[in-house]
Amino acid sequence: MHVPDGFFDAPVSVAAGVVAAGAVAVSLRGARKELDERTAPLAGLVAAFIFAVQMLNFPVAAGTSGHLLGGALAAVLVGPYTGVLCVSVVLLMQGLLFADGGLTALGVNITLMGVVTVVVSYAVFRGLLRVLPRGRTGLGVASFAAAMLSVPAAALAFTGLYAIGGTADVSLGKVVTAMVGVHLLIGLGEAAITTLTVGSVAAVRPDLVHGARGLARPLLIRHADGSTSTVPGAVPAPAAARSTRTVWAAGLAAAVVLAGVVSFYASADPDGLEKVAGDQGIAAKEEEHGLSSSPLADYGVKDITDARLSGGTAGVIGVGLTLAVGSGVFVVVRRSRRPESVSATGA
Amino acid sequence: MGAGHGHRLYRHAHSRVHTLLAHCKLAAVFGFVLVVVATPREAMWAFALYAGLLAGVAAYARVPVTFVLRRLVFEVPFVAFALLLPFVAEGPYTHVLGVSLSESGLWGAWNILAKGTLGVAASVLLAATTELREVLLGLQRLRMPSLLVQIASFMIRYGDVITDEMRRMRIARESRGFRARGVRHWGVLGKSAGALFIRSYERGERVHLAMVSRGYTGSMPVIDEVTATAVDWRRAAALPGAALVVCLTGWILL
Repeated sequence: MHVPDGFFDAPVSVAAGVVAAGAVAVSLRGARKELDERTAPLAGLVAAFIFAVQMLNFPVAAGTSGHLLGGALAAVLVGPYTGVLCVSVVLLMQGLLFADGGLTALGVNITLMGVVTVVVSYAVFRGLLRVLPRGRTGLGVASFAAAMLSVPAAALAFTGLYAIGGTADVSLGKVVTAMVGVHLLIGLGEAAITTLTVGSVAAVRPDLVHGARGLARPLLIRHADGSTSTVPGAVPAPAAARSTRTVWAAGLAAAVVLAGVVSFYASADPDGLEKVAGDQGIAAKEEEHGLSSSPLADYGVKDITDARLSGGTAGVIGVGLTLAVGSGVFVVVRRSRRPESVSATGA
Repeated sequence: MGAGHGHRLYRHAHSRVHTLLAHCKLAAVFGFVLVVVATPREAMWAFALYAGLLAGVAAYARVPVTFVLRRLVFEVPFVAFALLLPFVAEGPYTHVLGVSLSESGLWGAWNILAKGTLGVAASVLLAATTELREVLLGLQRLRMPSLLVQIASFMIRYGDVITDEMRRMRIARESRGFRARGVRHWGVLGKSAGALFIRSYERGERVHLAMVSRGYTGSMPVIDEVTATAVDWRRAAALPGAALVVCLTGWILL
């Protein structure tokens, strides 16, 4: 899945590079909190592990074999920040020394295989752990789902980037079907192997599985007279809640800047397919898209005539809408879970 | 303990390209690849000139062309994709040997093949003329965050150790009659990967303790402060500069 040079046009490569650099900068800060001054040796060794495990081939059938991508595995085992760092370093070294993945596509590769897989898998993993029963089964199911969804999510993100700045003229429908179809299958393999690996680590050193922290039952002492007491010190205290407001604000600002400013440069010419369609007169026959009368059709705002301003405004509105829908889903999920947690503490 | 003194891709020789400071070389390769990607795909002659430039650098660095060509097999996966493009892309079709191929697909395939191959060849040349340690020092001098450089250097230093660990586990499995044939054997391989993670993580903890006992406080001391002179930068700029001229000519002539 390493993207070579020349696959995406220069503006998209640069924009993805900016996103990747931002994600790595955030992870550098976060990883210091996850590992403090042990960050460099531990993250380095975990990166070496991911590098090695990508070489471990898993036979599928009849002579074909696949290998692990490792984003979800890293997120579950060492936490999201360290995970992003490890995968990014592996990709950087593969690009520089092993010519695996293009140098200009480094930003794209880190964004897709490092950031998207780790963030999606960790979000799914955390979300499921809250719902599922505690214990090894819950851990297994959560890591399976996390790894399985992370691979097609990266494929979808690839398609999104391709729609903005792909250099080949393949219709988006074909790309989506091919990429997501193939990667659903790859995701199944990734999920099975990630689950097996996490399970085997959790069986021997449960304290090393970052995602399973806080899942350990408190040590229960049964006294001679039949009474029981728990040892409070056995459970590591959860990390102090930090204000996430700065992270949110920075992320929102970056998204607005990218959508509003960078998007003019991303695709000044009409998209290749639209151009060919126009040249060949196919466009005259093509049916209007169901939403083409919507105010955001063709990524421009209708009543604004300046193309740049219009495209930028559409991008900003798009980010706003996505944020609104995302927060809406989040609020609904949280509200529906609240009564459950109340009854759990009450019981 | 520790990795060998060179990596498989490094080719020892004495040339101006080998002795050029690593950060100048890294900047030159990045600049070159960026210029190649920004070249219009219709200017086919430009890509021939780029290939000529790279061949010139290879000759100057005394890296045999066969060595570079053999390393180009890394790009095999995306060659397959590029060859598929003319069959799946849209647009006007042309007939070649009785097969109908999409014109824009042919252009897309050419675009990815040419730019991808040049990119791979440039990084192969970089890896062939620069030692691992130099690459890491170069990244540090290019102001990459030092924590990231440290992580990368630990990864490189212990990469061979971890890979060897994996090889020993494979030999242990095979000497007990195990052969991975299908999905049924994933359990064993997954457990191996788990064991490998525990060994890597514990080794990381031991390495950290050993470093702390020798006075490590979270950052590595810089012992050689080398600054590139204008001459170094001018030498490094030769390749991307020439490529930029070709690229601009390509845009003007188009």
